[in-house]
Amino acid sequence: MLLTILIFHFLLGGAVVAIGDRLGRRGFLFAALAPAVTMAWLATKLGSVRDGNAIQQRIEWIPQLDLAIDLRLDAMSAVMVGLVSGIGIFVCIYALGYFSHPKPGTARLAGLLTMFAGAMLGVVLSDHLIALFLFWELTSITSYLLIGNDDRNPRARDAALSAILITGSGGLAMLAGFVLIGQSAGTYRLSELVDAAPGGSTVTVGIVLVLIGAFTKSAQLPFAGWLPGAMVAPTPISAYLHAATMVKAGVYLVARLAPPLADLGAWRTLVILVSSATMIVGGWRALRQHDLKLLLAYGTVSQLAFMMLLFGMGRYDLAQAGIVVLIAHGAFKAALFMVVGIIDHQTGTRDVRKLHGFGSGWHPVIITSVLAAASMAGFPPLLGFIAKEKGLDAALHADFSGGTAIVVVLVVGSILTVAYSGRFVLGVLGRLGESDRQRISPTAPAPTAWFVAPAALLALGSLAAGLAPVLVDETVRSATESLYAAAKPKPVVLWAGFNTALLLSAVIIVAGLVTIALRQRVERLQHGFGDAVAPWPDSDRVFWGIVTGTSRFAKKSTGIVQNGSLPIYLMIILGVAAALPLVPALTSFETWPDTIGTWVHVPIAAVIVVAAIGATVVRRRIAAALLLGAVGFAMAGFYVVQGAPDLALTQFTIETLATVLFVLVLRFLPRRFADSKAAVTTAARLAVAGLVGVTVFVLALVSAGARSDVSQTSISAEMLERSVPDGKGSNVVNVILVDFRGLDTLGEITVLVVAALGAVSLARAGRRPSDRRRDRSASGRGFAELPLVDASARLLYPSILVLSVYFLFAGHNQPGGGFVGGLTAGAAISLRYIAGGVAAVRKSFRLAPWTILGGGLTISALTALVPLATGNSLLEHAGIAWDLGPLGTMKATSALPFDIGVYLVVVGLVLMAYEAFGDEHAPETSELPEAVTS
Amino acid sequence: MTILIAALSGLLFACGSWLLMQRRLSRIIIGVGLLGHGANLLLITSGGTGGRPPIIDGSPLSDYADPLPQALALTAIVITFGITAFLLALGYRSWQLTGDDQVEDDVEDRMIERWEADHAESEHPDFDPDAELPSDLASNQADQP
Repeated sequence: MLLTILIFHFLLGGAVVAIGDRLGRRGFLFAALAPAVTMAWLATKLGSVRDGNAIQQRIEWIPQLDLAIDLRLDAMSAVMVGLVSGIGIFVCIYALGYFSHPKPGTARLAGLLTMFAGAMLGVVLSDHLIALFLFWELTSITSYLLIGNDDRNPRARDAALSAILITGSGGLAMLAGFVLIGQSAGTYRLSELVDAAPGGSTVTVGIVLVLIGAFTKSAQLPFAGWLPGAMVAPTPISAYLHAATMVKAGVYLVARLAPPLADLGAWRTLVILVSSATMIVGGWRALRQHDLKLLLAYGTVSQLAFMMLLFGMGRYDLAQAGIVVLIAHGAFKAALFMVVGIIDHQTGTRDVRKLHGFGSGWHPVIITSVLAAASMAGFPPLLGFIAKEKGLDAALHADFSGGTAIVVVLVVGSILTVAYSGRFVLGVLGRLGESDRQRISPTAPAPTAWFVAPAALLALGSLAAGLAPVLVDETVRSATESLYAAAKPKPVVLWAGFNTALLLSAVIIVAGLVTIALRQRVERLQHGFGDAVAPWPDSDRVFWGIVTGTSRFAKKSTGIVQNGSLPIYLMIILGVAAALPLVPALTSFETWPDTIGTWVHVPIAAVIVVAAIGATVVRRRIAAALLLGAVGFAMAGFYVVQGAPDLALTQFTIETLATVLFVLVLRFLPRRFADSKAAVTTAARLAVAGLVGVTVFVLALVSAGARSDVSQTSISAEMLERSVPDGKGSNVVNVILVDFRGLDTLGEITVLVVAALGAVSLARAGRRPSDRRRDRSASGRGFAELPLVDASARLLYPSILVLSVYFLFAGHNQPGGGFVGGLTAGAAISLRYIAGGVAAVRKSFRLAPWTILGGGLTISALTALVPLATGNSLLEHAGIAWDLGPLGTMKATSALPFDIGVYLVVVGLVLMAYEAFGDEHAPETSELPEAVTS
Repeated sequence: MTILIAALSGLLFACGSWLLMQRRLSRIIIGVGLLGHGANLLLITSGGTGGRPPIIDGSPLSDYADPLPQALALTAIVITFGITAFLLALGYRSWQLTGDDQVEDDVEDRMIERWEADHAESEHPDFDPDAELPSDLASNQADQP
């Protein structure tokens, strides 16, 4: 059921977002459905949960890593669920009044709010640290969308960015902390962590990281800047996110983890230092705000620190007070935000200097604000008073060092709270209005009853719970016990007798009232103080400095790294690829191999050296292409020496074809490479090229030590052994290609098909369909109109084709195969081309080149797939043998049709190449699309 | 593997890399070809010192050259041919469009670089954290009486 509730939130929210503006403000009615259902369900379970029967649910996620979404509803979670969903209902009803004139995007807010509530429920229901982190980041993301919903407002965008960057990175730190703590404790489950009691320096680091996460989320110094900024969001959103829910995620996490961790390492010290400072600075800054919403925002910062101090000490009596503050704060802060929204909505301002009191019909608003502010200030008989009283009492009885400091901080912070609460009330009453401003508020229309009702109910709730604490007592007691199993909480009462805490409360109230009375002097003091610290960098400025600095660095480095120059890219890639393996290769270098293996290598190497260097330095294109061909032919000779006849055959035919292709294309291009401005200096290019050469040299030597003869490696030996019995072929290379590694070959010919299609599409891109018809009808005219060439071509063409077919069929047992056969046929086609031009090539093949290409791929693929139909595996082998009498026995295996497919693909590739470049005349410029020529 | 072959592969790689870093597409194509040869040389010599062609005729297995690198190299040769054809088509197209086969710099990337130089100033306006925030209800007020 727990998971169902979460999913319901996300589905409902997604639906409302999807329907969008057609819903208008009614979106909030739908949105209210989710918290209403949750509250109804919680009401049925509350009794049993309060008795200590937690509801659990486990959804396996990655069992191998012990990752699961563990959900658990105990009394503490129930308090949080009540806050999230209860205040959620109030906020949704309030939003109906607030968005009386919905703008585009209002309904989206409602949907996002529902999703946010779902994420928040996930945080408070998660029993697994990693699942908690997941929902935690979800609240960051949904709150980002909520704050930045008005995406045309730069302030909203900035505030949203600042919120997600701060809380999101805090969340990441927290994740690291979770892992450290979870690993040393041996469990990631919150409910088991209490008994696991981890320790050690790892846990100390983990604690610091987790606290950073909690501090960022709950806007503690120095991460507080995002919370006031987030007040640009519409007020209902602020009321919900920044008063009742999201910021309390950090407090909740501290409440959960303090029992096992507070007595360890840095936890308590860190919480006392950070939250004490935050409580006082937050209160101090709240006191000087003119914008009522900002006043509440800084007040929230201060109150969150208050809760951190109560929950973070790892003592049940302080935590009990914390739970009361949690409930009280949720109620009064939501009510106060709603009041600000009402004033803003009716008068158009939230500035206390522009408010001059309200006319008739505003009494409910005034009473609501006074009640809620009194609860915030801790005046009896409101719930806020009880909460503060309990906190003071528990702090006075603290048994750890730092207890006295906490008492002092609580007193000072509370005096400031009384003071800014008073400022709020005075502002609402119009006492802070400046006389030279236009008097708007006295004539502002009174809000409707529905608009005020949610705030009024929350304020009255604070009063009711204060007068009759028994309303919350049972819940608070059970929640305390769910955090601290050994807790013996005292009952929550309004009157706890005459004690030190009561005296301190009196001191706080009196001092606070005095501060209000002396507000002009305080203001001067604040101005002086503000001016004094102005030159110091505040967290907001530091944050934006980091953000703009990072983005500037990113752009600068993008400008350098992605500079649009291909030579520079290649230089960087080659340089890195060569430099990185060089060091490990040099260190693993063992022995020098022989200088020269066989003397036959020497002349071959000499040819390669001369031709390769020549191809690199010559300035004539055709010469370079021919020299590359020379390297290829020398390589073919090398293959013969190495005992690789298939390779030699392939290389010979390829080199012939490639040279023809080069000539076909290069004939259009300028003869020489013109000098052009180099993107990279010659020295840098030389250095990188040299580095690549050295690295390859060293790597070759190192790899030589790794193996020296075939028998060492089982895989090649196995292939030699199994070639005849299993592959039914004695040419092992061919058997590997079409049988053992047939799938690789299938992939390879697919690449060839793609390359061929790409080449033809590119080369013919500038043509129009009419050209094609003209080409078809064109009469054949060869390169060389020599009778001798023509005659020999006619003679040789069929014989070479026959040879290619022989290679294809014999390839399984002799040198040859589909690749070699296809390339040989390609050589025949070249001959045909030289004699009769592209028209002759077209005439001699009735099928279009792409038909042959695609047909070949189809045949190979089908051959590979057929065994699947009979229940065998892909490319399963089968063979038959025919007795052809005097011609001998012809054996055919299923590898043959596969090889035929390869053959056809290669033939198709060659045909495509002639189709692409074979025209005698290049298309004229005028035939190019206009956009290109201009 | 011998020092001669290792040095030869090194040379082929160095020449190929040098050509890759040029602006002329046809030189880049030549470079790709040389790199391919260098790689094949490495592949074949990594299979040992060579031997009888791997066509089974009853000789002891240790006499044969290693067939696996040969199969790999054969694949590599054909693929290099396919790539060469494609690159030649690129060069051909480039000639159709510009009359040359020069690889130009990407203008848009250059513009990013220049844009950054022009917009080096801070993009974040300095908001006073204590000033009144703009109301999200701005458009509502127009309708207010």
